[in-house]
Amino acid sequence: MNAGYNFAYLDEQTKRMIRRAILKGVAIPGHQVPFGSREMPLPYGWGTGGIQVTASVLGPDDVLKVIDQGADDTTNAVSIRRFFGRTAGVRTTTRTQEATIIQTRHRIPEAKLREDQIIVYQVPQPEPMVRLEPSRAETKRMHALAEYGLMHVKLYEDITRYGHFATSYDYPVMVNGRYLMAPSPIPAFDNPKLHRMPALQLFGAGREKRIYAVPPYTDVRSLDFEDHAFQPRRAPHACALCGSRSSYLDEVVTDDRGTRMFVCSDTDYCAERVAEGQKEAAE
Amino acid sequence: MAYVAVKGGERAIAAAHAWLASARRGEPSVPLLQPAQIEQQLGRAVDRVMGEGSLYDRELAALAIQQAQGDLIEAAFLLRAYRTTLPRFLHTEPVETAEMLVLRRISAIFKDLPGGQVLGPTYDYTHRLLDFGQEETPPPPHEAPAEPAPVPPVFGILGREDLVEPDPPRTEEAPGDLTREPLAFPAARDVRLQALARGDEGFLLAMGYSTQRGWGGTHPFVGELRVGEAEVVVTPPELGFPISIGDLVLTECQMVNQFGGSKQAPPQFTRGYGLCFGHAERRAMGMSLVDRAMRAEELGEAVGAPAQNVEFVLYHSDNVEATGFVEHLKLPHYVDFQSELETVRRMRRDAQAAQQQEAAE
Repeated sequence: MNAGYNFAYLDEQTKRMIRRAILKGVAIPGHQVPFGSREMPLPYGWGTGGIQVTASVLGPDDVLKVIDQGADDTTNAVSIRRFFGRTAGVRTTTRTQEATIIQTRHRIPEAKLREDQIIVYQVPQPEPMVRLEPSRAETKRMHALAEYGLMHVKLYEDITRYGHFATSYDYPVMVNGRYLMAPSPIPAFDNPKLHRMPALQLFGAGREKRIYAVPPYTDVRSLDFEDHAFQPRRAPHACALCGSRSSYLDEVVTDDRGTRMFVCSDTDYCAERVAEGQKEAAE
Repeated sequence: MAYVAVKGGERAIAAAHAWLASARRGEPSVPLLQPAQIEQQLGRAVDRVMGEGSLYDRELAALAIQQAQGDLIEAAFLLRAYRTTLPRFLHTEPVETAEMLVLRRISAIFKDLPGGQVLGPTYDYTHRLLDFGQEETPPPPHEAPAEPAPVPPVFGILGREDLVEPDPPRTEEAPGDLTREPLAFPAARDVRLQALARGDEGFLLAMGYSTQRGWGGTHPFVGELRVGEAEVVVTPPELGFPISIGDLVLTECQMVNQFGGSKQAPPQFTRGYGLCFGHAERRAMGMSLVDRAMRAEELGEAVGAPAQNVEFVLYHSDNVEATGFVEHLKLPHYVDFQSELETVRRMRRDAQAAQQQEAAE
């Protein structure tokens, strides 16, 4: 552990300030709470919001898992895991089941999360309406009035132009029937997992200086229309490694003639299924 | 197994950083650059890094520049990440720039004025010819540089006629600090000035320039530009009286701007303000242009140009935030890209089907 720095890098006053923002976020599900985001030793846009949230809820007995694109061994996940290894000395794992805190970028694990787990999302852009209305002063007013017509019009225009919704990630959701929320750039495939999840879900946007939360078992609905229901999508293939037909898949180019293979994006889920398969085959 | 591309991330990162260290060192036969050399001989780079890093420490800024291979945004980032770990005891009394010991002071609005025009150590009027045979020790200046001395500010002179808007009243309120509290709108001028003082020099320059080219014109004149040493004074609560804790080299720019008057204010000259660490005239001038442009709403002017849009300026002036978010596009995004691939493939199928149907009909 690094001498000269507090446990998990942030000083205790800062952690307290962040915990207050988290509590407020839990009390008002889906509402963006401004917080005094600190300048971290990692760049903005590379997970500083998630790191600050994780640092504030992390205790010495926690077991931390960090994933990026669903994988534990992508470079930025490795870097963030090392950061907490160095500054907090906590136990880290790649096993979803073993983790008490999971920090993630762009995915929700395939395995169902439990009540005793916290999932922390890294959020590049907390404002779901940013592409429709760039002014933060204006979107703040729209949230206060629950004035979300703009977003419905956008979805309607998608349907008239393309016949279906054209947003495939960071698909906007309504939380607890009140606040429109950006679920972070997870694929729309993952959206149903947000709904009534037993684990506490925390969202940290460091550069934009916002924290928000979805408490356990909260209703989270992907925006849609009665006659055009939201549909999660995945590549129509089976995983080349574990054979899963229900997991989210990465498309991997294997040569320069356009050959593709599809494999699970959640590396832990895939590895466990492969191990189980081998066990069964051996028996 | 073909699918090994993402394995070994930890080893790859360690190897990349070892390579970086060796690239930073360069050819070993060339002597290692010392931070003291940077501090002494690359002073303008040090000043910029202190400004954008929001920390006045010449030695640390020099170290950061060396560590960042001269990448000044990276150096400012290093300094800020260090700064954020420091405890905050109190804030200083307002710095009395009117009493600063002046190394350089010019005014473009008077031919001569009390205290005189002092050129000081400036690049102005140099001919930009590469100097191929720089001397190890340049000859001493023809005249020994004058001892820095206090010089009365221009606005004291102009203020008597009431033609220039006065200084805003002093308050006892603690100044805002956007490194502790997130930005909120409307943003007060103290916070706006703080954001500009640590904003990217290129951004300030470009935004200021845009006002000169008609995007939110402010008809500026350099009322006064001064560079010098100013005393920093704090009043610790346990003492209850002010004590001096040191001097800072600062650059201050006050632009005067023609103003026709409005419902809120009589016709008079308004002012834009720039103040920053070290000798940094371009930064201070850009800052004062943008500060004045952002006062458009307060002064009852039409708000339309980018430099007048407070939210636009404040959210995009910070180069550490900007570089982080732009460069994060290098991180893997393949999950989102995959979801887009599926959507685009579906759109193309639908479009083709529609075309075929049309052709069949």
